[in-house]
Amino acid sequence: MAEKEAQTKLDAKDEKGSDKKPIAYELAEKQREISIAEFFEKNRHLLGFDNKKKALLTAVKEAVDNSLDACEEAKVLPEISVEIIDMKNERFRIIIEDNGPGIIKKHVPNIFAKLLYGSKFHTMKQSRGQQGIGISAAALYGQLTTGKPIKIISRISPNDPAYLYELHINTQKNKPEILREEETQWKKDHGTKVELEIEATYQQGGQSVDNYLKQTAVVNPHATIIYTNPKPEQIIFARATNELPKEAKEIKPHPYGVEIGMLMKMMKSTESRTLQSFFSSEFSRVSSGVAKEICSKAGILPTFKPIETNRDQAERLIRAIRETKIIAPPTDCISPIGEELLQKGLKKEINAEFYCAVTRSPDVYRGNPFQVEAAIAYGGELPADKQVRIMRFANRVPLLYQQSACAVTESITSTSWKSYGLNQSQDSLPVGPAVIAVHIASVWAPFTSEAKEAIAHYPEIIKEIKLALQECGRKLAQYTSKKSKYSDELKKRGYIEKYIPFVGEALQSILGLKKSDEEIIEKILKELLEKSRGKLEELGEDNTEYDEDFAKIGKEEEPKEKEGEEENE
Amino acid sequence: MSKVLEGIKKTATEVYSSITKKKLPTISMPIRSLQNVTYDPKEGYFELKGKMLSRTLTASTIKTFAQTLLMMNESKKIVETDDMATKREIYYVSKNWGDAMFREQPESDTVMDDIEAMMEVNREQLGFAPEEKGGDVAGALVVIDKDEGGKDIKIDCTRFGSGAYSVPTSVEGLRFETKANFILAIETAGMFQRLVKHGYWKKANCILISMGGVPTRACRRFIRRLSDEKKIPVYVFTDGDPYGYLNIYRTLKVGSGNAAHINKYFCVPQAKFMGVTPQDIIDYKLPTHPLKDVDLKRIKDGMKNDPFVQEHREWENALNLMVKLGKRAEQQAFAKYNLNFVIDKYLPDKLKNNKTWLP
Repeated sequence: MAEKEAQTKLDAKDEKGSDKKPIAYELAEKQREISIAEFFEKNRHLLGFDNKKKALLTAVKEAVDNSLDACEEAKVLPEISVEIIDMKNERFRIIIEDNGPGIIKKHVPNIFAKLLYGSKFHTMKQSRGQQGIGISAAALYGQLTTGKPIKIISRISPNDPAYLYELHINTQKNKPEILREEETQWKKDHGTKVELEIEATYQQGGQSVDNYLKQTAVVNPHATIIYTNPKPEQIIFARATNELPKEAKEIKPHPYGVEIGMLMKMMKSTESRTLQSFFSSEFSRVSSGVAKEICSKAGILPTFKPIETNRDQAERLIRAIRETKIIAPPTDCISPIGEELLQKGLKKEINAEFYCAVTRSPDVYRGNPFQVEAAIAYGGELPADKQVRIMRFANRVPLLYQQSACAVTESITSTSWKSYGLNQSQDSLPVGPAVIAVHIASVWAPFTSEAKEAIAHYPEIIKEIKLALQECGRKLAQYTSKKSKYSDELKKRGYIEKYIPFVGEALQSILGLKKSDEEIIEKILKELLEKSRGKLEELGEDNTEYDEDFAKIGKEEEPKEKEGEEENE
Repeated sequence: MSKVLEGIKKTATEVYSSITKKKLPTISMPIRSLQNVTYDPKEGYFELKGKMLSRTLTASTIKTFAQTLLMMNESKKIVETDDMATKREIYYVSKNWGDAMFREQPESDTVMDDIEAMMEVNREQLGFAPEEKGGDVAGALVVIDKDEGGKDIKIDCTRFGSGAYSVPTSVEGLRFETKANFILAIETAGMFQRLVKHGYWKKANCILISMGGVPTRACRRFIRRLSDEKKIPVYVFTDGDPYGYLNIYRTLKVGSGNAAHINKYFCVPQAKFMGVTPQDIIDYKLPTHPLKDVDLKRIKDGMKNDPFVQEHREWENALNLMVKLGKRAEQQAFAKYNLNFVIDKYLPDKLKNNKTWLP
């Protein structure tokens, strides 16, 4: 765009034949640093703010993700309240309040009003947030569409005061502008409350805030979420377990996952004096022996100072890493939902007749440990003539957009479902009464974009998803084949009931029997035939977990204008 | 009591007593297929070998089982009132059976054939009549039938002009007067028309019968009685193809595998095959069509399973020759030379030389 403009201007000057000053000077005046905030101001779709409906979801999602992460880190059972107030004229006020550890005063402005500021980017640990963009992007979006600042109240303990902030983002400098900063009264002992006003529209249905929070509750059974939608209706997603998920351990990066830029940055900031100690202390699975091997393969002394490494040497080190055999990173750093809880969540949401879930063992892609879980609900009230419904989760966050671009979807389409009892035409989603849920947990979940809507297509990940689906599929096949035998059996038993009277009737007429004889014939035949078929085993389970009101959320008829939205994304 | 009524009651009683003894009832019937027939040229027709099919009442057979009993009941009613019902009518009667009704007529026909074989009677004896036409007759024959009052009427088959006398569904009461030299049984109505129109029967002093494909039971019985009683030979003239040989001619001569229990009466063992033979195709340089897959399959089946073919070397050779030629020819193919070639040349030639015939 900018280039084109420059080109046009250049042409114009030529025509005039002006020779005052080379045009480059004039153009040079326009050259200046683009702040990250400015960049995102123009590329808001990358962060999930591309339309008004999605903006509401994204803003809520970023805040809730942060709250859940904070609570888990502080080992507090999360209790999060989400309130959306319709301010009319497509403006909504969002208020999210948690019982987390709170944020110390001096960090508040940067966390909420500086993009790419966060605690998680440099750590290798399974968490919902990653880049430190989300909440400040929401604040920025609010600022751009309504001009209103983001308002934060946070308190770290009953002995400390609560602070209130109102912040703007200086988009040129990517720096917070503090509009208000004061001590305040707050009923909570600790926690954080975020309030912002944005331009948005509220709709119910599959891609709504309602559905997002519901699915969040499904995969985070340890959290209580109290939600007030703009109607206003209050929905309480109550905690289903008092056990916090297994703590996700922080791990150091694995050499296989590091790229040259990252490596150079790490070498500049390390406290290690030698390359050997740098490698063995900053990476996982690198002993001093392995570190030495890397250095010697790169042709650099192990005692070389990391801070003095140049680009060329860094490149050699990267190559040496690829050539060195290093054991896979530890995988105990991942916290899956677990087969039982995943299945329980599905039961609450879907009234089916069969459920199964599989948690795979952890695997590694590009040095990053990850773990795949899959679950299937089958039959019951699910429609048999439609494509299956897919529920996608990454690090316990539901993914509601970009289904077709997601590795999960690709894995499902490229799995052969026919042998598992579902219909499927070439290269498409299976058709049948089923819901397929897939969860990917990873220290670094690879998304296709910053909006975190679809999982990227790494072959290792697709392979693991497919294995999980196949494992579920085999369980499903056992059930569906049992079911089809069962329905054959029912049909045959139906035959017995249906045709026995005719045998009686014909014999009665041919032999001139009495009506009572006919009844005896029918009775005996029925006994004989049923004895020969054996007892009928009950199939399917009674789903006592199913919650009808819960299931309804997010299934409302979506308004017309929603159509074709997937394409517009 | 007629054999039929006895048979029906016997079967029903067996079923009933088996049920009262708390045992699942079974009915059995001869297997109706070529696998279950033998052929002895001295007897002259396919006879049942005696392999039986038992049908025990189970969840999967109960529908057919009920239908069989219901149809026996219908047969009993019809026979008792000395009435008749066509196969089609029985199919419609079943529409009154609720869930046990037949959906298509072939289903009811099969059950009917089962009962027929089970009782070892002809379906007419069960009170069921086929709708099929018996065949057309023209030539030197007078048929003596009865009118609705039971008085004899004489039907002169020379007096139908270019039309023909039609064989009735039941031929048992007919008597014949004739001085004809032979009976010529013809496959197609087209060839029959030509021979009638040009008075071939007058020239050759014969009786012409159009079978219209595989001869019906009535047609077979008509030819058999006529030939037996008036001591006149039967010659057969069909298309030169496996269907003409193995379906039309073989069924006329020795009966079918499907209704083997009645073949004794419904076959014409004295029939001889005049043409069109595979050798005729070569000798007369007839225009041909290539054999289709179904033709080849039929030949293969015949050689492998048909006791009649296996008994006659000549037929095996003829069929092998046909496979070698890879060709078949129709009766009307003689029109290549001129329309009346068949009357002026082919039939007189053939009649003169029975060495060119097949048994």
